Amino acid sequence: MLILECPCCGVTGEETEFHGGGEAHLKRFGPGSADTDFENYLFMRENPKGVHLERWRHVNGCGKWFHVARCTVTLEIFGSYSAQTLEPPQEIKDAISAKRPGWSWRDFS
Amino acid sequence: MSTRLANGGRRIDRTRPVEFRFNGKRLKGFEGDTLASALLANDQMMMGRSFKYHRPRGVVASGSEEPNALFNMGEGGKFEPNQRATTTELFDGLSVTSQNHWPSLEFDVGVLNNYAARFLPAGFYYKTFMFPRPAWKHVFEPFIRQSAGLGRAPDKETLDADTYEHFYFFADVVVVGGGVAGLQAAKTAALSGAKVLIMEQDPHWGGRAMVDGEPEEGFVQRLVGELEGMDNVTMRRRMMGAGVYDHGYLLGYERLRDHAPMLAGPRHRLWRIRAGQIITATGAIERPLSFAGNDIPGVMLAGAVRDYIAEYGVSPGDRVAVVTNNDDAYRTAIAVKKAGLEVPVIVDARAGGGGELAREARGMGIRVENGKAIAKVTGGKRVKSVKLCAQAGEGAVLEEVACDAVAMSGGWSPVVHLWSHCGGKLVWDEAEAMFRPDESRPPLNQNGAGFVRCAGAANGALDLGAGLADADAAGKGAAEAAGFKARGDTLPDLAQDDALPIEPVWMMPQGAGPKLRMKAWLDYQNDVKVSDVQLAAREGYESVEHTKRYTTLGMATDQGKLSNINGLAILSDTLGQAIPQTGTTTFRPPYTPISMASIAGEARGEIFQPVRRTPMHAWHEANGAHWEPVGHWRRPYCYLKGEETPHEAVSREIRATRASLGLLDASTLGKLIVKGPDAGKFLDMLYTNMMSTLKPGRCRYGLMCSENGFLSDDGVVVRLDEDSFLCHTTTGGAERIHGHMEEWLQTEWWDWQVHVVNATEQWAQVGVVGPNSRKVLEKLGGDVDISKDGLSFMGYTSGKLGEFDARIFRIAFAGELSYEVAVPASQGRALWDALWDAGEEFGVTPYGTEAMHVMRAEKGFIMIGDETDGTVIPQDLGLHWAISKKKEDYIGKRAQERTFMQSSDRWQLVGLETVDGSVIPDGAYAVAEGENANGQRNVQGRVTSTYYSPTLDRGIAMGLVHKGPERMGEVIDFPGTDGTIYKAKIVDAVFYDPEGEKQNV
Ligand SMILES: [Zn+2]
Repeated sequence: MLILECPCCGVTGEETEFHGGGEAHLKRFGPGSADTDFENYLFMRENPKGVHLERWRHVNGCGKWFHVARCTVTLEIFGSYSAQTLEPPQEIKDAISAKRPGWSWRDFS
Repeated sequence: MSTRLANGGRRIDRTRPVEFRFNGKRLKGFEGDTLASALLANDQMMMGRSFKYHRPRGVVASGSEEPNALFNMGEGGKFEPNQRATTTELFDGLSVTSQNHWPSLEFDVGVLNNYAARFLPAGFYYKTFMFPRPAWKHVFEPFIRQSAGLGRAPDKETLDADTYEHFYFFADVVVVGGGVAGLQAAKTAALSGAKVLIMEQDPHWGGRAMVDGEPEEGFVQRLVGELEGMDNVTMRRRMMGAGVYDHGYLLGYERLRDHAPMLAGPRHRLWRIRAGQIITATGAIERPLSFAGNDIPGVMLAGAVRDYIAEYGVSPGDRVAVVTNNDDAYRTAIAVKKAGLEVPVIVDARAGGGGELAREARGMGIRVENGKAIAKVTGGKRVKSVKLCAQAGEGAVLEEVACDAVAMSGGWSPVVHLWSHCGGKLVWDEAEAMFRPDESRPPLNQNGAGFVRCAGAANGALDLGAGLADADAAGKGAAEAAGFKARGDTLPDLAQDDALPIEPVWMMPQGAGPKLRMKAWLDYQNDVKVSDVQLAAREGYESVEHTKRYTTLGMATDQGKLSNINGLAILSDTLGQAIPQTGTTTFRPPYTPISMASIAGEARGEIFQPVRRTPMHAWHEANGAHWEPVGHWRRPYCYLKGEETPHEAVSREIRATRASLGLLDASTLGKLIVKGPDAGKFLDMLYTNMMSTLKPGRCRYGLMCSENGFLSDDGVVVRLDEDSFLCHTTTGGAERIHGHMEEWLQTEWWDWQVHVVNATEQWAQVGVVGPNSRKVLEKLGGDVDISKDGLSFMGYTSGKLGEFDARIFRIAFAGELSYEVAVPASQGRALWDALWDAGEEFGVTPYGTEAMHVMRAEKGFIMIGDETDGTVIPQDLGLHWAISKKKEDYIGKRAQERTFMQSSDRWQLVGLETVDGSVIPDGAYAVAEGENANGQRNVQGRVTSTYYSPTLDRGIAMGLVHKGPERMGEVIDFPGTDGTIYKAKIVDAVFYDPEGEKQNV
């Protein structure tokens, strides 16, 4: 059972307070988009063995969504950050790089 | 025979006799006994029969690793199967029966399996039961059900009479295991000021040191005293570390009253612990040796034999032969001799024999045979003799030695379970022939740092002095990792044991032939032999995980505590590879079985799951409500009057509502307030309809889809004012839809100024339905205008309705003139009562969810969850009118443009009218011509809602049918499971008042 920190209300809580929401930083493709773009957006998900960026909701707390950088192998948490961003902030990238040199996730590293 | 010795027994109080029952027989023991020691004291060596062959089995161990001595315990509400005799403390009135035999322990029919053993090899279940198919149902299954299974399953009607609880705890350092290593580690950690919890599964502190010697006289008592005096230390006995999980989560299983059922309070307590650091000082478990007849009652682990002598004053036999591959077992020979019993021979498989302890044994006059082995044990229900041979040979018998017990030791395996649960890795220690924790690869916490360390024997430090130093280091390391300044404790100065090294012996003798291997047991509880593992390897099961499942090695309730290492050594040997190459199977929690009731804790009966109640709940209850669970809510399905059936009640409620006036408690509907300058724009994206054009004071029915295009929720949206909307969701959908809205607002359109609040429980809501609904509301008075023109269809107004602060929506789910009145939840019951009183002259009738469902179906309205199942798009349901064509975008729009969604080949919604007026069964499919690839009839549609309509006095249904709307008037077949074919005509889905005149008055 993971321990996560909600960056919106500052609470550090048990996993039972939170609800996972899958991959973070999805780029939405709406009407008029090409089939392949839409397919990638709707169905294709990162499934890394290692660094992952994902959405979580503080569902039994402040109710807000946020993002977590996490290692899917060791369950190490590199940090949590606001969901209102198109890519992880520099300090999160640095925290990951410090422990997983040469990591990449989509185009982020 | 096994018997109580005249002296000794540190744990028992000979002045306090205890009476208990075993298979109906009255037996006596002492306070402090375990069930196992008390049975041995009564010469009851045979304690059960094995799972597959029903062979007689005696107790092998003295602790939680025991595979054989399992019992049915207690009666009625206290009954529990598979209770281990070695960890069951004796109490007055304890009553147990032995398991896995019929008709009796002494005479058992199932033992025939034993003689048919060569027909029951590894993988038997997979091989034999495949063919012929009917044999499974008529021969194999009844046979297996009769003869298999360990304990009896508790009666399903009987409730557990005890109570259980959960307990939350946080500590900097948690130590699992209260032997000398655990106590020392806890003390060193606690000296730093860290908050420490130490638990021990046994009722006593000190572990093996109490039998094999403390570091110094009174060491354990002194340490326990010191720890008890520290405010930052919590100590618990009879508590097992059951499992280690992510980020320092640990389960502790405390058995509070198993030993004293007369006490008050919960029986088990499940500790849900968050630990900064965990130290596992869980000791080591002795391994059996694999020789023929090693399962005959009287063959025991060497360590267990001296435990019974020292702890309980019980001798397992008068003549105890000892067989070993290491020095430790000599302690048993010495203890047996000192207790005044005979040790006819010590069989040491090592050609060079043992060290200091061997010299001591010889000095006491005990015969020691080096380089020898046991070829075979003779005896049935009790050991009679051992036949000796050379370990290096194939088992040619050199001599027979009479004895009534055998103490065996194949070396010790560190208990690495808790280390491994969350990913700690192991390393094979060649010198000690054991897997021990690999310090460099511990389980990691949220910061990427190790959070578990092992101490003492659990870490592979089997020597007492080395173990103590290891524990001190672990305590210091854990405290520092938890953020405290720590220093080591002063330890007693101990010389290292002068022992000669162990020599691994995986089979005895080394060249044992097939006959011997077929009687050499690895897994006692599941009856797996050396020959089974070898057969599995020959048949291609090379992975240890496959071999485990094929042979069932290690799959019994003891999870292979005694058998796993021996089994994988045999597998490695057969495959011709080194043991680390084979590896271990996965260690999974719990360490030993924990009660299901402890997992449930307090969550049973009334508080299993909290029920959500509307403000009118008590009224429904007092007025015959026949409840239906909807999400966590309880809603009246209907209200029963007198002797009527639910079906009759539903029909009565519908007739009364359509004729005059019905009341529906609609408080459970989800109510989300969406507010802000961009609220309209946001709802345009969420709903398929255009919501931004809705005028304040107006209502609109809306559909919500997932990004996949599928219909996910529906409800009426009300524009309260320029920048606030009230979105009704389905009952039970409020939380889900709220989360959906928040996700889009926070992860996609976070620059839009919108705020969402879930106000579901803040409002009570009543559906006032029927031709007299306006009259009853007017009777209540107030300042709201609800006249035909004042509040037109799909209009909204707010104000005083009588005394109430009301929001009134003129909407019609039943197709009648009707209103939904919402008031603050605190006024809900009063409003209901006022409507009840005012409605008396109109014959007001409360109606439930079923009447609501039938009335909406009569009107052809869809229901989320009936007409939708996560694969249905609004276009399938003919809801094109609710999909805006002006909008460029909404959630699900792009998905609905996909070719398959646009296809005219889809199943679409129609009404279905049976030719004879009967009701089509729920879930029925419409069949088409021909068969599919699996030889099943092709289908062309299915029923989604089907009811008896009291209004039309006939069966009505809705269904999704292939190209349905183009096939009006066609009759299709719905076969029922009873063989009846229901013939139904495809018709329009609106059965009642298609022009909508009723709701527009
Ligand atoms: Zn929060």
